[in-house]
Amino acid sequence: MIRTLLLSTAAALSLVASAAAQNVALVNAKVWTGTDAGTLENATIYISNGNVEGIGVNFAPPSGTQLIDVGGNWVTPGIIAPFSRVGTVEVGAEDSTNDTSASRSPFSVALRAVDGFNPAATPVDVTRIEGVTRIAVAPANGGSLIAGQGFIADTSGAADSVTDARAFVYVDLGEGGAGLAGGSRPAAWSFLRGAFADARGYPARFMTHNDGDALTRADAQAFGPAVRGQQLILVSAHRASDLRLVMDLKMENPNLNLAIVGADEGWMVADELAATGISVIVDPFSNLPASFAQLGATSRNAERLIEAGVPTAFAHLGNSGHQSRLVFQSAGNAVANGVSFDDAMAAMTTVPAAIFDLQGLGTIERGNVADLVVWDGDPLEVTSAPTSIFIDGIAQSLESRQTKLRDRYLDLDESEKPLAYKR
Amino acid sequence: MRALPYLLASTCLLLAGCGSGETPDSETEADAGTEAVDINRNPFPSTYTPYPSQTTLIKDATVLDGIGGEILGGDVLLVDGAVAEVAEEIAAPDGATIINADGKWVTPGIIDNHSHLGVYPSPSVSAHGDGNEISGAVTAEVWAEHGIWPQDPGFPRALAGGVTSMQILPGSANLFGGRGVTLKNVPARTMQGMKFPDAPYTLKMACGENPKRVYGYGGGRFPGGAPYSRMGNVAGYRMAWAKAVEYKRKWDKYAEDGGDPPTRDLELDTLMGVLNGEILVHMHCYRADEMALIMDMSEEFGYKVASFHHAVESYKIADKLAEYGTCSAMWADWWGFKMEAYDGVRENIPMVHNAGACAIVHSDSDIGIQRLNQEAAKALSDGRRAGIDISKADAWQWLSANPAKSLGIFDQTGSLEAGKAADVVIWSGDPFSVYSQAEQVFIDGALMYERGSDALTPVMDFELGQPGEGDLK
Repeated sequence: MIRTLLLSTAAALSLVASAAAQNVALVNAKVWTGTDAGTLENATIYISNGNVEGIGVNFAPPSGTQLIDVGGNWVTPGIIAPFSRVGTVEVGAEDSTNDTSASRSPFSVALRAVDGFNPAATPVDVTRIEGVTRIAVAPANGGSLIAGQGFIADTSGAADSVTDARAFVYVDLGEGGAGLAGGSRPAAWSFLRGAFADARGYPARFMTHNDGDALTRADAQAFGPAVRGQQLILVSAHRASDLRLVMDLKMENPNLNLAIVGADEGWMVADELAATGISVIVDPFSNLPASFAQLGATSRNAERLIEAGVPTAFAHLGNSGHQSRLVFQSAGNAVANGVSFDDAMAAMTTVPAAIFDLQGLGTIERGNVADLVVWDGDPLEVTSAPTSIFIDGIAQSLESRQTKLRDRYLDLDESEKPLAYKR
Repeated sequence: MRALPYLLASTCLLLAGCGSGETPDSETEADAGTEAVDINRNPFPSTYTPYPSQTTLIKDATVLDGIGGEILGGDVLLVDGAVAEVAEEIAAPDGATIINADGKWVTPGIIDNHSHLGVYPSPSVSAHGDGNEISGAVTAEVWAEHGIWPQDPGFPRALAGGVTSMQILPGSANLFGGRGVTLKNVPARTMQGMKFPDAPYTLKMACGENPKRVYGYGGGRFPGGAPYSRMGNVAGYRMAWAKAVEYKRKWDKYAEDGGDPPTRDLELDTLMGVLNGEILVHMHCYRADEMALIMDMSEEFGYKVASFHHAVESYKIADKLAEYGTCSAMWADWWGFKMEAYDGVRENIPMVHNAGACAIVHSDSDIGIQRLNQEAAKALSDGRRAGIDISKADAWQWLSANPAKSLGIFDQTGSLEAGKAADVVIWSGDPFSVYSQAEQVFIDGALMYERGSDALTPVMDFELGQPGEGDLK
């Protein structure tokens, strides 16, 4: 089986160079579909023109299709990391390489994280080879509680890898936002209400250069789609009282498209969140009273939110520029703490696809985009790893700068030449 | 190591002196004609004593003894707070509590040799930042134990992750950050109540970016002060060691010849303790080339680094680390957050192990400390995929035996061997699986944590009356 896989990967890799995706079929697969079909054993997935054009236990791909036997292993949709900064920072502490935030910029909503996206950044490869095929990348808060606009990209590293350049506006309405607004939650909410008024009144109220209550002209213009419900507003907040304020905002403005990231005390208002129809992105690792806004943090947060019917996605929120790949470990821990396997998988696929309105992503079904991962074990196990990855139907490299460093140093013999000659 | 007269007053604290039966050379004092001045090397002594325990027989588990042994369907007997026997079949002593552990795994308790619990506790408000004495680049005189808040809610969560002992270190701002301390993970009203009896003190040092950033670039001034560069870092260490050599010479002379005792210097007390082999050096160091410099420097001044910490590039010089004989305390996969962490690879831990060097899985994190077994699992599986075949039984050394060795407590804990402290974890299943959790945690034979039991889940003062109230469930 290992030999088959190696050959398969090599065969698949040869496709990387080709301009267009070719037609292949994964056979003998255990498929977590993300649909009502559930998990299929011994299934075939037919990939054509970048899409899944057939799936089923009895599905027969057209004759002549290249077959890749995955040996009964798991195949899942490509994982969507729903809160990341991958590709916008190379080395966290080196400001010159870090485009996540801009504390001295006069702008807020107008800042587009996608302008800082480098598909060739090394964290993109590092993230992809763990099975993450799409990333929702948020700007970080610099000078304003409204950090700017986040984007969706795939992790192929290709020049055209941005899926949605202006996917959402990211707003911090917790302790951080309060600080940036002047020092309190009332200041934060006052700013936000002012920003809403500025955006709704744009351009009429900007007759002179400083007419906005909270936003510059460019920001007010940029905020327009979000305040009209045409663009997602992703709010960072943890404390139950903060989450209630977000829900109040939604009740007063039913057309708004709101989701919450963080939500460590979400379980305390889970029923209200479910009733309001607000989705959340939580970090299942977060179980410490790390701040006074997170006193209710518990390993059972995800379980309780899902139990209450809140659409719940998972993210690894620590070192989001480099470690979004740990979303799998987060999901596995959520399962250890009461979440079902299927709900944990959904929290990395179908739920983020719904939050970011990613049509054709998050499930394996006919007509959908062929973002697929073949695993050497249970996809939620920390001991498992991908053996093949497809994005838009194209087989991806499983190499990164890290694997090259590893390969250079696996054998430390320098008797013939320094290791610098080895690659 | 020679026992020096001025060391004699304190209770046994020394690595080398403990249990050796070596007695001080009292004749020298007599010759001096006056009562020798002592340095009390244990002024904040441990008050920890084990909690009541029962004779406990754990039956039919998969047992990893922590030193490379594995028994399928094995038994572990705990008597009087110690491991009495590990075998395939043990007859139950009269009155023993018998735990059917069929399908479960039993391991030594996890020892994290790099934690800041208590000195950087939750919540991380400004008043709680007691882990770095940033006021100077050399602060060997400060002790982490003086900054520990025993009410940190991180302690019980680490306990729920199977952590039975840990080293609390000062931070890495300084060249010499101060003394670390080893704790039993047993809740107590005071630091002394958690302090691991008879564990040697440690000294935290730091390489690389942090000291030069904090001091050289600190406060927005240019230049902020020394060190400003890696050159300044090494000069700073060497100047301090040179002073310590001189200080030690004075005390040695005083011990030999008597006369006026040298003037006490708390900073140099710590460094002299290192030169005397009593205090173990734990050094934050990411880059391979810097570790090589530090190893040479340690030989220049006559001490040994017990463990490099973070050691993101240990895989590049694993052979040299093995030859020198030190440990590397590592994450499974942290990388990229700063330049010296840029070359992180997921196979670092198994590559170090494979070279015959001492590998340790550490956390440096109040989140990571809760799942060090998973970090070991990631490293193990990544190593196997790279062709490094290590057994789970061998890999457990990264979590217990090797950290215990780096802390000088392996004679007391860190493996399931008869006579050692019964610091034991029963896991719900294979601890190299993400789905397994610590179900029962014994410290010195006392059951200190049981998953799902309110009565056996400690809740810190801070959490009482707060939302969730320490909701670990």
